Amino acid sequence: MALLQISEPGQSTAPHQHKLAVGIDLGTTNSLVATVRSGQATVLLDEDGHALLPSVVRYLPDDGIASNQVDVGYAAQAAQSLDPQNTIVSAKRFMGRGLKDIDISQQPYQFLNSDAAESKQLVQIHTRAGVKNAVDVSAEILKSLKKRAEQSLGGELVGAVITVPAYFDDAQRQATKDAAQLAGLNVLRLLNEPTAAAVAYGLDNGSEGTYVIYDLGGGTFDVSILKLAKGVFEVLSTNGDSALGGDDFDRRIFCWILEQSKCAPVNAKDTRLLLTKAREAKEWLTDHTNAQITCKLSNGELIDLTLSTKQFNELTQTLVQKTLTPTKKALRDAALSIDDIKGVVMVGGATRMPQIRLAVADFFKQTPLTNLDPDKVVALGAAIQANTLAGNRSEQDLLLLDVIPLSLGLETMGGLVEKVIPRNSTLPIARAQEFTTFKDGQTAMSIHVLQGERELVTDCRSLAKFELRGIPPMVAGAARIRVTFTVDADGLLSVSAREITSNVEANIIVKPSYGLSDEQMLEMLKSSFGAAESDKNARMLNEAKVDAQSLTQAIRAALQQDAHLLSGAEAESIHTQLAAFEQLILGDDAHAIHQATEALNTATENFAAKRMDASVSRALAGKSLENLNL
Amino acid sequence: MNYFKFFSLPQQFNVDLSLLETNFRAIQSASHPDRFVTCTSAEKIASMQTATLANEAYLTLKNPANRAKYLLLQQGIDAIDEKNTQMAADFLMQQLEWRETLDDAKHAKDLDTLENLLAEMQTEANILQDDLADYFDEKQDNVAATDTTRKLIFIDKVCADIHKAIEHLE
Repeated sequence: MALLQISEPGQSTAPHQHKLAVGIDLGTTNSLVATVRSGQATVLLDEDGHALLPSVVRYLPDDGIASNQVDVGYAAQAAQSLDPQNTIVSAKRFMGRGLKDIDISQQPYQFLNSDAAESKQLVQIHTRAGVKNAVDVSAEILKSLKKRAEQSLGGELVGAVITVPAYFDDAQRQATKDAAQLAGLNVLRLLNEPTAAAVAYGLDNGSEGTYVIYDLGGGTFDVSILKLAKGVFEVLSTNGDSALGGDDFDRRIFCWILEQSKCAPVNAKDTRLLLTKAREAKEWLTDHTNAQITCKLSNGELIDLTLSTKQFNELTQTLVQKTLTPTKKALRDAALSIDDIKGVVMVGGATRMPQIRLAVADFFKQTPLTNLDPDKVVALGAAIQANTLAGNRSEQDLLLLDVIPLSLGLETMGGLVEKVIPRNSTLPIARAQEFTTFKDGQTAMSIHVLQGERELVTDCRSLAKFELRGIPPMVAGAARIRVTFTVDADGLLSVSAREITSNVEANIIVKPSYGLSDEQMLEMLKSSFGAAESDKNARMLNEAKVDAQSLTQAIRAALQQDAHLLSGAEAESIHTQLAAFEQLILGDDAHAIHQATEALNTATENFAAKRMDASVSRALAGKSLENLNL
Repeated sequence: MNYFKFFSLPQQFNVDLSLLETNFRAIQSASHPDRFVTCTSAEKIASMQTATLANEAYLTLKNPANRAKYLLLQQGIDAIDEKNTQMAADFLMQQLEWRETLDDAKHAKDLDTLENLLAEMQTEANILQDDLADYFDEKQDNVAATDTTRKLIFIDKVCADIHKAIEHLE
């Protein structure tokens, strides 16, 4: 990995400095942060020794001293029955989702009613601290974990790997990235939860072969099939249900309580109380045959019920079955049968339920692997990947090849979807599609991007509408517009367009269907900093200088290593630009430094491409040597 | 960039799939964006381009129908050209039969027939692949190779539809 070592910016000054990077499992019910310390992945604890942070945020009442205070974690969880409307739980279920996607009758919150035109917007909740969305709530959880990590590690973080359900679509992934930005975290990578679990499991057990990761969390279900060989984790297929998890088992018990006690419709406080009782009963039934459910409702009515394992199994049978359909699909997509599976790793707190373990054992005809803590394994895997991505050297040469969970397509005539990128394609991937104009002189066109497997537009999720403008006027059908869809290693989509006959770059205006526009994001960022203008300018200048310095270091290191790849004139041109750049960054014009950084990056693209080709040749030459030695 | 050259493989229909996989992983190890998270944007772009090319090229050479189509394209032949739709009458008859079996089984929700049909298609695909190796690598018979490639593409499509039907029933 010679290339990796030389291309690390900043390493020339302190080559052995350990960079502080963490893995964060941002869960529906609980969140965790972990890091690699002395070569060992460990979960970081809070001051009271807790590993888990309940994913609960409470917007506190003004106490006369400080306003806009929030509680995150156990304190917030303890208050959820008392203050249900200002205490947000399971916000992950609302990530990248609109009001029509969720069953609001089951929620204790005051949702912001928006008119039909806006109904596609992200779910908004009225709290005493103002209107909040899932991105705000998730950012509070991430801020709390960031603080915990920085206190525990004694320094500022270089970045974080944040895990997401493999079955999250583009809008849900983007919302997660937005939340991290709001929390001031540099996202090294969004990593799929089952893949993170596979890393932790595979490295721990030195496993090779084909494994299934069955991940039932608080609110999401994922199943991934991976091939593990020599440090490469290749995802063959993934499937799941981004609205199925342990919460749904609680809800079945909750409905059963209402039915059995024949009580009147309950208010928000009682709903929260009964849901908590339901969760406790579920957890109790993991090791016991009967659970007692007793509590007093706010109208004085007393609830006293006994739930047996047998009854619980009957209540939740359909939920258990619901996890097996995606499992079958994943096997089919990977073109594998259960005989090909070496092991099934259980991940997520909900896999503690005996009926889940039994159903999985029965389906795969083998005992599932439960030797890792199902709550921690995702965070540990994320920490290992964060350590690698930050450039800390490790003995393991780790490479993760992940896939896109859902097909990407475009709306065509008659409300049909044409697939552009099929599900389970290995990332990163780019696909181009050509379009033409319908009318003479047409200069703009609209493109609707969808995600999902169904054939009708109405059955898929709308991701975004793009307007292409600036198409040169021609007769109908003469223009050839090539639109390229790129999905990066985070599973996020970007789109570019070009008119081929005139080579004009088309201007793209993106309207995300669910999520935050750039303006909204900017507004949220501004209010989260609230710093004075002068502070902001100072910080911008500082950031620009740091970026510029690491760029010069990286280029100098690259020249030292690979200058022979360049012609004399090319090398001289880069040297001249570099010298001018180093003069410029001594100055105080942040904007000029920023622009010059971009220009220098563009000027070295050709050099970077040549180095990449050389690196690929070296990698292949190494392989043929290995083969000769065999 | 020629995909065979990219993976250091001889340009022919018969491909050493395990060497293809080994070399694919070697290239991804050197070029994957995960290796360049903290690098300059020029390096990130180069990484993204190479890793994307590696995935596309791997997908093309791994799948026999795509590989055959690609080999023909290298010689300027478009196997799925609309002007080039002639197929032997007996294969057309066979096609109709397979489609009919598929439709009937779909309506009768007959999983066993679907699974059997899938197995039959796979046997057929294996025969066509042996033929392609012969036409491409031994006889250099592009006319026969084009004809056989089109048959294989058709079989792939029917297989995809059978998979969809089975998924629907499960």
